[in-house]
Amino acid sequence: MVLSPLAGGFDTTWRSRLESLLSSGRGSGADLVEVFLERTDHIGLLAEQDTITSVSPAFGMGAGIRVFRGDRDGFVSTNDLSDAGLLHALEQALGMLGLAPTASAVASFEGLMDLRDFGASKTDWLQRCPEIQEATGTLLEGTAALERHGHHLQARRGSYARDWQEVLVAASDGTFARDIRLHQSLGLNVLAADGDHRAGLGRRYGTSGRPDDLRQWDADGSAQEVCSSAGTMLYADYVEAGQMPAVLANRFGGVIFHEACGHLLETTQVERGTTPFADKVGDLIAHEAVTAIDEGLSDGAFGSLCMDDEGMEPQRTVLIENGVLKRFLSDRAGELRTGHARTGSGRRQGHSFAAASRMRNTFIAAGPHSPDELIASVDQGLYCKSMGGGSVGPTGQFNFAVEEGYLIENGKLTKPVKGATLIGEAKEVMPRISMCANDLELAAGFCGSVSGSIFVTVGQPHIKVDSITVGGR
Amino acid sequence: MDTQTSAQVGTNSKSLNPIQLRDQLEQLARGAGINQWDLGASCSTDTSVQVDRGEAKQMKGAQRSAITVRVWNGDGLVGVTSTSDLSGPGLAKALEGARDASAFGNADETPAFSPLATAPLATLEQPIHQPQSILDLLATLKDAERQLLDRHQAIGTVPYNGLAQRSSERLYLNSDGACRHQQLTTASIYLYARAEETGRKPRSGGAVRLAYGASDLDIAGCIDEAAERTISHLDYAPIDTGHYTCVFSPEAFLDLVGAFSSLFNARAILDGVSLSSRESLGQQLAAPFLSIHDNGLNPGNVGASAFDGEGTPTKPLALLEGGVIQHFLHSEATARAFGVSPTGHAGMGSKVSVGPDWFEISATPGSDGGQQGLNHLGEGSPLVLIESLSALHAGVKASQGSFSLPFDGWLIQNGQRRSIEAATVAGDIRTLLKGLVGFEGAAKVTPDGLCPHVWVDGLSITGEA
Repeated sequence: MVLSPLAGGFDTTWRSRLESLLSSGRGSGADLVEVFLERTDHIGLLAEQDTITSVSPAFGMGAGIRVFRGDRDGFVSTNDLSDAGLLHALEQALGMLGLAPTASAVASFEGLMDLRDFGASKTDWLQRCPEIQEATGTLLEGTAALERHGHHLQARRGSYARDWQEVLVAASDGTFARDIRLHQSLGLNVLAADGDHRAGLGRRYGTSGRPDDLRQWDADGSAQEVCSSAGTMLYADYVEAGQMPAVLANRFGGVIFHEACGHLLETTQVERGTTPFADKVGDLIAHEAVTAIDEGLSDGAFGSLCMDDEGMEPQRTVLIENGVLKRFLSDRAGELRTGHARTGSGRRQGHSFAAASRMRNTFIAAGPHSPDELIASVDQGLYCKSMGGGSVGPTGQFNFAVEEGYLIENGKLTKPVKGATLIGEAKEVMPRISMCANDLELAAGFCGSVSGSIFVTVGQPHIKVDSITVGGR
Repeated sequence: MDTQTSAQVGTNSKSLNPIQLRDQLEQLARGAGINQWDLGASCSTDTSVQVDRGEAKQMKGAQRSAITVRVWNGDGLVGVTSTSDLSGPGLAKALEGARDASAFGNADETPAFSPLATAPLATLEQPIHQPQSILDLLATLKDAERQLLDRHQAIGTVPYNGLAQRSSERLYLNSDGACRHQQLTTASIYLYARAEETGRKPRSGGAVRLAYGASDLDIAGCIDEAAERTISHLDYAPIDTGHYTCVFSPEAFLDLVGAFSSLFNARAILDGVSLSSRESLGQQLAAPFLSIHDNGLNPGNVGASAFDGEGTPTKPLALLEGGVIQHFLHSEATARAFGVSPTGHAGMGSKVSVGPDWFEISATPGSDGGQQGLNHLGEGSPLVLIESLSALHAGVKASQGSFSLPFDGWLIQNGQRRSIEAATVAGDIRTLLKGLVGFEGAAKVTPDGLCPHVWVDGLSITGEA
């Protein structure tokens, strides 16, 4: 059985415990030792039709210990936060690199710096969040609003997740930082059915660092938006496959840039040799209309951070400026192995993952046009009002479902179409983004990759792609 | 106590002690005035390595533990809480959290203990292996990577690779005396290579192997398959958009059936998000020669569970015979709602999930088996051989029946095959299942099930221009 040293959270007693651990790691010959401690408190709620059908609290704790020697590293995670448990994990990580504790220290450790405590002002966040009673009431308001606004609804669902996390990062370079994070997300989903016609649609809303967020939620407005889309798509025809221009709406339309291009600008991809942009810094890789940014600073955005999971404060990183590649997103290992300086982008789902270079709030910057101008510039094409999920293959091909689409005919939106899939490759599509509108908006999402599932924001204004492959029936 | 295996796992693992855990929980529950409870617990020790061109890229180890505890309050309502803290205070906190959550339990559908939670379990042949040292794993993977890189000059990297081993335990206890315990060791290797020829697009392909221990992994087979899948796609060409007869590889067809398993899922049916309904039992869903069984006990299912999240024994279940729906997958609660027995497919939670184990897909005995003598390398019209599907999480609309999925595969004409540059296949699952032409070749054991090649008429293929 594991001992429970968690009473009181990560208090000041941890400094000496961590210093002892880091000293042991350095003394064994490690270039750098990093310890990531985590406590989590999660609740998930589900409302179906007019009933709360699931209330799922979960608590967690653990540590991830990473040891570097040269450009190699070993990583061990454990739920056991006792001194013995942590030491065992450290010894395992050292052993991966052929190192072992010795009586005579190989290298010295100067001690931790003063704690940078980003969590000091956030200790009441958890208490300020809605209690289960209030949260379930709000969710039921949402599903009731779906019933009011929807037609032919076979299933109505509302979901709420609150993720609280306290992290403490300590490293043998002196890094010592603590933070408290709070993410809340709400989702509404419907399945509309009428005979053989079916349409399933959903929307998710999410923020970080706003305990009162659920109380501000416009349940009725959200339900109207979902029901309107479902009603439109219920009787939509399947789109015909082909090559055509496309206009992608703002907000979650940014998922394509995130998946198809953003991941290729992470140093993890440079390390793997799987990005075509590895040697393109300073080159034109996109249309001159495109400027793309990744940052962790926007107030309340799902991907915002006070510090990354390696204790570094996030930056505003211009990835692409007027089509020219400017920078890669980098973490500690990325800097070590690729030479790209850290950008405060070392992120991980939790203690059981080593940090990796990951996106935060990623978006294409606003341009000079109105959305109507983009649509008016297309004779025959596709308007993608809402994007579903997608994926990118190991050689860069992407594939994204269009959740709500419309044909563009002679510069105007005409009939709704379903079953569309956007297919392409970032290297080929980026130069074809020829127009950006002036209506940049962000949307919350989850990103799964090498260091687990993390909270991110995607975003863009309306953009026009001159030509893209549309999969259909 | 039902214990699946008796050998002790690796020396570094944190062992679960069912008796101690039950005694501790009984005491805590008594103190809190809780009369009915159950618990699912797991713990595992993992080690894994990744390499990059002859060097260690990352070496990882993990010790994990987790429990989920459910309690029934005085009104019979259920609450649940999960935690990774298996200490006494951790258990007490979880129990308290579950009791608090029970105030919000769903009175319309309250889970109960499975009536089969103490029924005998099937005996699984799952040898327990001692873990290898991580440095041995590293040496093995380095060697596998080198062999794969040496297979063709166009293979420049193996960007996605890993060799992992796990020692794990699962436990199910309840206040009526049920006590299930299973120990298991597993190992896996995956190799995904990237190849590129001058002036051509990069191509990738890979393979996976599973076994009960690292020493039993078919590493040579994994290298062979990864090399073949990568090299054979180097000479590619675009495909014209249109409708084609398609031949699904066993892996691809199993992926597709798995993505639409809500067709057989009683939970999804009760929730109104399945294409099936209560009335679908006995109805024709597919071609009259198609059988689909769920059988987690098949020896090919490496790492099979002997019992589900509610302690119900895993067992074979006929889902489709002659294309007709025979049974649905059930938890205790859905089985009660349908008036049948639980089938061993439950998770654990306040709302219990239901999911498939391992599919066996074949021709129904006694049926004509569909068109005979199918051979995708024979003479005839163009065919599309779908080797593997991607992006199932995004391209499948299970509640609508539609799919649009990128795939790796070949265009085959008169016995000659040419790799397809990039394409998606789209359709409706019900139309597809009714439009099956037949099976080709012997059924193949894969990580997801057992299946032969499957022929389907008239699917929409979109090629990338």
